[in-house]
Amino acid sequence: MFPKGTKRKFLDSAEDAATATVAGEQGPASTRTPSPSYSLQRQSLLDMSLIKLQLCHMLVEPNLCRSVLIANTVRQIQEEMTQDGTWQIMTQALAAAQCPTDRLVATEVLCRQSDPAAAAAAGQSPKPYPLVGGLDRGYHSEEVVMEAGDAHKEALPTQSYLAGPFGMGPCWEEEQQQQEEEEEEDGGDEDGEESEGEDVDERPEVDSRPGEQVFGTFEIKQQPPPPPPPDPALEELFSDVDPSYYELDTVLTGMQSAPKMGPYDLLESLSSHGPQPLSPGASCRSDLNELDHIMEIIVGS
Amino acid sequence: MKCFSRYLPYIFRPPSTILSSSCHTEADIISTVEFNSSGELLATGDKGGRVVVFQREQESKSQPQRRGEYNVYSTFQSHEPEFDYLKSLEIEEKINKIKWLPQQNAAYFLLSTNDKTVKLWKISERDKRPEGYNLKDDDGRIRDPSTITSLRVPVLQPMDLMVEATARRVFSNAHTYHINSISVNSDLQTFISTDDLRVNLWNLEITDRSFNIVDIKPANMEELTEVITSAEFHPQQCHTFAYSSSKGSIRLCDMRQAALCDKHCKYFEEPEDPATRSFFSEIISSISDVKFSHNGRHLMTRDYLTVKVWDLQMENKPLETYQVHDYLRGKLCSLYENDCIFDKFECVWNGSDSVIMTGSYNNFFRMFDRNTKRDVTLEASRENSKPRAILKPRKVCVGGKRRKDEISVDSLDFSKKILHTTWHPHENIIAVAATNNLYIFQDKVN
Repeated sequence: MFPKGTKRKFLDSAEDAATATVAGEQGPASTRTPSPSYSLQRQSLLDMSLIKLQLCHMLVEPNLCRSVLIANTVRQIQEEMTQDGTWQIMTQALAAAQCPTDRLVATEVLCRQSDPAAAAAAGQSPKPYPLVGGLDRGYHSEEVVMEAGDAHKEALPTQSYLAGPFGMGPCWEEEQQQQEEEEEEDGGDEDGEESEGEDVDERPEVDSRPGEQVFGTFEIKQQPPPPPPPDPALEELFSDVDPSYYELDTVLTGMQSAPKMGPYDLLESLSSHGPQPLSPGASCRSDLNELDHIMEIIVGS
Repeated sequence: MKCFSRYLPYIFRPPSTILSSSCHTEADIISTVEFNSSGELLATGDKGGRVVVFQREQESKSQPQRRGEYNVYSTFQSHEPEFDYLKSLEIEEKINKIKWLPQQNAAYFLLSTNDKTVKLWKISERDKRPEGYNLKDDDGRIRDPSTITSLRVPVLQPMDLMVEATARRVFSNAHTYHINSISVNSDLQTFISTDDLRVNLWNLEITDRSFNIVDIKPANMEELTEVITSAEFHPQQCHTFAYSSSKGSIRLCDMRQAALCDKHCKYFEEPEDPATRSFFSEIISSISDVKFSHNGRHLMTRDYLTVKVWDLQMENKPLETYQVHDYLRGKLCSLYENDCIFDKFECVWNGSDSVIMTGSYNNFFRMFDRNTKRDVTLEASRENSKPRAILKPRKVCVGGKRRKDEISVDSLDFSKKILHTTWHPHENIIAVAATNNLYIFQDKVN
């Protein structure tokens, strides 16, 4: 509980500053430059909200009203950060930090998804990728549109490149989405280098994925193209088997089972932009194992 | 007509503090309070699934200045903890709401609900019992038929008053999400139960089916941004009900328009004030309670910082707005951090719709007189509860010099919150739930 008499002057006065800043700056989004204290405050609010969301879903029965309110707050911060341009910086930094450690992890994941339905289901988790891309305004939006439209065509050359070493035909869907995520994230690094193809398997998998899942799944009703319509058969499967709380769970954390990644791991991955430890990735990989397992049971039996 | 309107709003004094315990368990936390329609009975529900009903003593002629006090009338376990095997989830037994049915015979009926199941309870008295059965003894032992030589007619003999509660109906399996409110229709035949995304209409006699009349669940749960927070039937028009949302809007629906009342016939929302906009604007605009006035012409809503009274004929802005604890506006970040910003306060009208009341922190509760525009802050605490003492108005000082009796914002105890209050339908008697304690205050009698 709130300790009696504790003064939280910094946060509260910064909150006042934040309120004032938001209220005062009514100009066009691109010209708005947030003050450092406001940015700090906003970032800490974002981190706090994400932790709350994580904790929400660790509960046996999440309170839907609370989850929705926190999720809306996160989205609001997200929107504002996008307008400021700080969102793009953050996702780029995240992506840059992700690269080294994901290679091995991603490969294993790829190899495990031999079941097309499982691949599709797992693919459904990162489904909101166009939304993530949509957040990058300006010159990125055209890329997104193009990608979404020509998704299959673009994927093919890379897919054939990959199919050689791995020979995983049914995995193309997963790879394709990973590639697009990667491209969108690294869209800031000017032209998509051909090395992007190589980086496909080092999809920013789970270290940034929960972050993306949490962000990306909150639809931003702006320019971006609509997400691909959910597979009705799969939706039915999920709606029959998975009660609504699991749905929301999937939506907000991208994980079918209770999230194994601790709240501080997420916090680290967001704020520190430092090198990522392997453990979060490993633990989330085991979540994917569970997801596969569940899907196999549902579909296979 | 009492002259308490001079003391605005009222001067209350507590006859006694009931249902208190110094070391309480989680299960003792009171989660709802409700007077019945005559005011004779007061029901409380707690986190442990129990319902305790108090009955007002008959006023004695010898001591007319002492109003009837409320004593325990019946206690029963309404809901038990359950386990949902499909989801592997425990269903909490906490009583979320109690609503009384108007009395139609000697027995009393109430609806009580937890997160998933609504139950209709019958509370009846038994003060006579039949004696002199032929086939069994008064102890209950079966008599040997061969020893019976004559017949006798059993006679009703008086016995000690026994109040028994029996579950008459169980309305279950209709809600995927948590039930937040129930409301009995003025037709006394139907009621609604509301969860985060749906409103279901039941007939009191039929438990195996209900009609879904509002469904705001989006096809894609990812698009969910708004939930239903409360719903209530209009007090006179049996076809009208209102429901509030987490985005600060209220929708009035007419059940005659269509089977599914997704289209509202009135939409009440106050446009956001851009000057006070912050990241918390939406959270603090979420409505935690909606109540029709007794006369059916107004609606009252409670959000985190204010209480608003709406005229049903005017949708674009409230008629009146009252600040409950505006000094918290600068503390929203801390209150978000410690989750207090999600507290759901209730609000209540007095019998004549002239005064409204709602709770706050530090065991404070607030009353607002709509006519004189005066307001008062009172505290529900043991120290103030000496019999015949008068409740002293409290004041929170926002900044600057703190006067002797004032309390500063930083000293408020946010763990002591008054979420549930109720007002007697005709008289100035209020019941206030402060965690595990129930306080009943009556107004001063001259």
